[in-house]
Amino acid sequence: MTNDPILAMVDITKTFPGVKALTDVNLTVERGEVHAICGENGAGKSTLMKVLSGVYPHGSYEGEIVFEGKPANFSGIRDSERAGIVIIHQELALSPFLSIAENIFLGNEQQRAGRIDWNATNLKAAELLRRVGLAESPVTKITDLGVGKQQLVEIAKALSKEVKVLILDEPTAALNDTDSAHLLGLIDGLRGHGITSIIISHKLNEIKAIADRVTVIRDGRTIETLDLHADEISEERIIRGMVGRDLESRFPEREATIGEEVLRIEDWTVHHPLEHSRIVVDHANLYVRAGEVVGIAGLMGAGRTELAMSVFGHSYGRDISGRLYKNGQPIQASTVKQAIAHGIAYATEDRKRYGLNLIDDIKRNVSGSALGKLARWGHVDANAETVVANGYRKSMRIKAPDVGVITGKLSGGNQQKVVLSKWMFTDPDVLILDEPTRGIDVGAKYEIYTIINTMAAQGKAIIVISSELPELLGICDRIYALSAGRVTGEVDVATAQPEKLMQYMTQVKE
Amino acid sequence: MSASTQTLTDDTPVVPPKPEGNGAGLGAFLSGRLRQVGIFLALIAIVILFQVLTGGTLLTPRNVTSIIGQNAYVLILAIGMVMIIIAGHIDLSVGSVVAFVGAISGILIVQWGWPWWIGVIAAILIGGLVGAWQGFWIAYVGIPAFIVTLAGMLTFRGLTQMILHNVPITPFPDAYVAIGSGFLPDLGGGTSTFEPLTVILGVVATIGLVGSQFRERAKRVKLGLEDEPRSWFLSQAIFTAVFILLITFTLASYRGTPIVLVILAALILIYSTVMHQFVFGRHIYARGGNLHAAQLSGVDTKKVDFLLFVNMGLLAGIAGIAFTARSNSALPGAGTGFELDAIAAAFIGGAAVTGGVGTVTGAIIGGLIMGVLNNGMSLLGLGTEVQSFIKGFVLLLAVAFDIFNKRRAANASK
Repeated sequence: MTNDPILAMVDITKTFPGVKALTDVNLTVERGEVHAICGENGAGKSTLMKVLSGVYPHGSYEGEIVFEGKPANFSGIRDSERAGIVIIHQELALSPFLSIAENIFLGNEQQRAGRIDWNATNLKAAELLRRVGLAESPVTKITDLGVGKQQLVEIAKALSKEVKVLILDEPTAALNDTDSAHLLGLIDGLRGHGITSIIISHKLNEIKAIADRVTVIRDGRTIETLDLHADEISEERIIRGMVGRDLESRFPEREATIGEEVLRIEDWTVHHPLEHSRIVVDHANLYVRAGEVVGIAGLMGAGRTELAMSVFGHSYGRDISGRLYKNGQPIQASTVKQAIAHGIAYATEDRKRYGLNLIDDIKRNVSGSALGKLARWGHVDANAETVVANGYRKSMRIKAPDVGVITGKLSGGNQQKVVLSKWMFTDPDVLILDEPTRGIDVGAKYEIYTIINTMAAQGKAIIVISSELPELLGICDRIYALSAGRVTGEVDVATAQPEKLMQYMTQVKE
Repeated sequence: MSASTQTLTDDTPVVPPKPEGNGAGLGAFLSGRLRQVGIFLALIAIVILFQVLTGGTLLTPRNVTSIIGQNAYVLILAIGMVMIIIAGHIDLSVGSVVAFVGAISGILIVQWGWPWWIGVIAAILIGGLVGAWQGFWIAYVGIPAFIVTLAGMLTFRGLTQMILHNVPITPFPDAYVAIGSGFLPDLGGGTSTFEPLTVILGVVATIGLVGSQFRERAKRVKLGLEDEPRSWFLSQAIFTAVFILLITFTLASYRGTPIVLVILAALILIYSTVMHQFVFGRHIYARGGNLHAAQLSGVDTKKVDFLLFVNMGLLAGIAGIAFTARSNSALPGAGTGFELDAIAAAFIGGAAVTGGVGTVTGAIIGGLIMGVLNNGMSLLGLGTEVQSFIKGFVLLLAVAFDIFNKRRAANASK
């Protein structure tokens, strides 16, 4: 490897209100290499790439970016694109009802005297499609393409902009094996054309296959950069970098009293709601007992949320098959109402979109799932409602002067406490908590853990889905690992090794 | 991963905790209710303005009575409309449904000779069926309400013209006509300065309303839940009393209580209560505020949508009867443009286009603002073209005020 860095990010620190997302991160990328970045969900990879591509403009972060030997102060994504840095996000940014060619030249229309030159547009697009190995006509609509081909169109679009550094965020997360292989081959080929690629991926086998070097990020800091050619770097070696953090006293002590089995999920299979043939959850089996906290670990796209939501009244997916048992008895829960009636509660990973009515106040959000308990003949006792909400405000320590405060004005931690209050008010036997501490600062996390412990002590069966392994190891009794929709392993936390768990999580179907 | 950083950036800052108890002054409390108070003040300002401009004609007993008669049916529609808008939908068909129900009642009562009250009930139920038809497509098939009710607007206008063969049906029995333009019996025999029944009703209504406000407050105080400053509560109570009594004595000095006002008042009372205190109302706000969150809370949002449109159909039926009765004829072109008046009333009254926000009383006040504007400008001899121009402007201003207010609140919390 020649020592000719095209890009250096020096001591990058990025702070959000209440949270430090990146601390003194350093990243050096050599010209013409494929550089992988890996780390757990929430480690700060995407934030770093957003800093690089100008999504977070110069001035909103500390530190320096040096691009082609000159300091780069990008004020926006157009700025970085002009310099030759193009990012392809996980959620593709294509306009579905426009043609491939129109998408490639969107915002960069091929025009002559103010009129679009369709011949030039389509000819150039065809040439770009040839380069990325996509055998489609440039006038094909995006909506007629599969995700894999759309990904290639994104790359063609990047090539049309004279890209020097191509950033790919989880490019293969939504692709099948054939499409993944083709895409990786393409990235490999671009290297020969002097294009540098930065690839964010969870799939260690892919990183091993095409990357030259890998930088590991953890908790918003750079841990190490490994040269995949120099030494014999194993996947285990990378995993150690990703998880190797000590479990300090970030978790409250708990004495677990575990009782009878409360919920059992058998042979649970769920198909994607739109792409019918895609299996999102694949014959999953798991159970949870009273007073037990069970974790579900898995990387992005493993099917954790999909599993939880499909169990919770079939709120996700189609053609759901499998069996649910509550206290040993088979139950039907194909609507949310039935699920709640069976004592199942699901606190979503995305409070703002799925959890709260942000324009309404605390008390009405708290009572929202069990309004019937406060009503007689459909008439809601507003005073009783306020009393109930006030009770939760105190016991959950929601920081608000009264329960008439609009939930949209609360901090993430307090919003989460409102969501938990809402579900506690339904008096559930099983609580499924999806990313209960996402977007919450450290102090509030501790409070949420304490609440979870209290719930477990009350004999509730608790399932926690989390992207943070230390969190699962810190609060759970048992952890299931999920990979590509399948339960790939189960570990007892008392004897668990994080590396073993990460191996289950990255296990690919043979 | 990207989702998690997104959550961080979006995170709204914590509100600086307000001092507990009654530390927050009346000023701060009022500014939190700027919209509610503002719309009411706007109505009063408009009333005073036209009272002056018309040289006192606006508030003569005769004219007040006629404002009520002219606007009652739009106000009835506005009740249903604001509920639909709170849920995040819209209904463009109500004008045509008004005409359709009027035509049905004409056929049943005038042509087929049904007793008037059976005809009225049947016609209103048919309004409900129309609502169920549209609700089915919206809630269970998933077609946007805008499209379904646009189709309904055309379909039911066409149906009305077909069943009427484009010829008005008239005249209706007296009892039917009274629904739109009649009065409660005059207990004073037409000789008293103030008609006694109206005065009795007005006083009873005042005592009932203000009394229940005091009872509710006493309950909240006992539970330690009261958060309204006392002065605010008292001024509200006094205002309610003065407002109702003023209208009472104005009406009593002319011909007494219009029957349609009794219907309207009952509907306002029922629907305000439903929206505030009943599970159904809560589900409407929840559905409009965040559809996904409502669904994941176990709210059957499809059923809510369906029932909302059934309800709108029934209210359009009642409005249709009121309008037909007032004109004493079922007209093929009845109700044209009513949907827009009802929608404007809801928005002037503080409903949000994005759903989740709005009140029945707000929509009624919004409707009254439009009604007073119409009436006042007519009295001044301004043509419909000027009226339309001004009304458009008022709607725009009201919503702009909302947005300005929201931005101010957002900045204040930063």
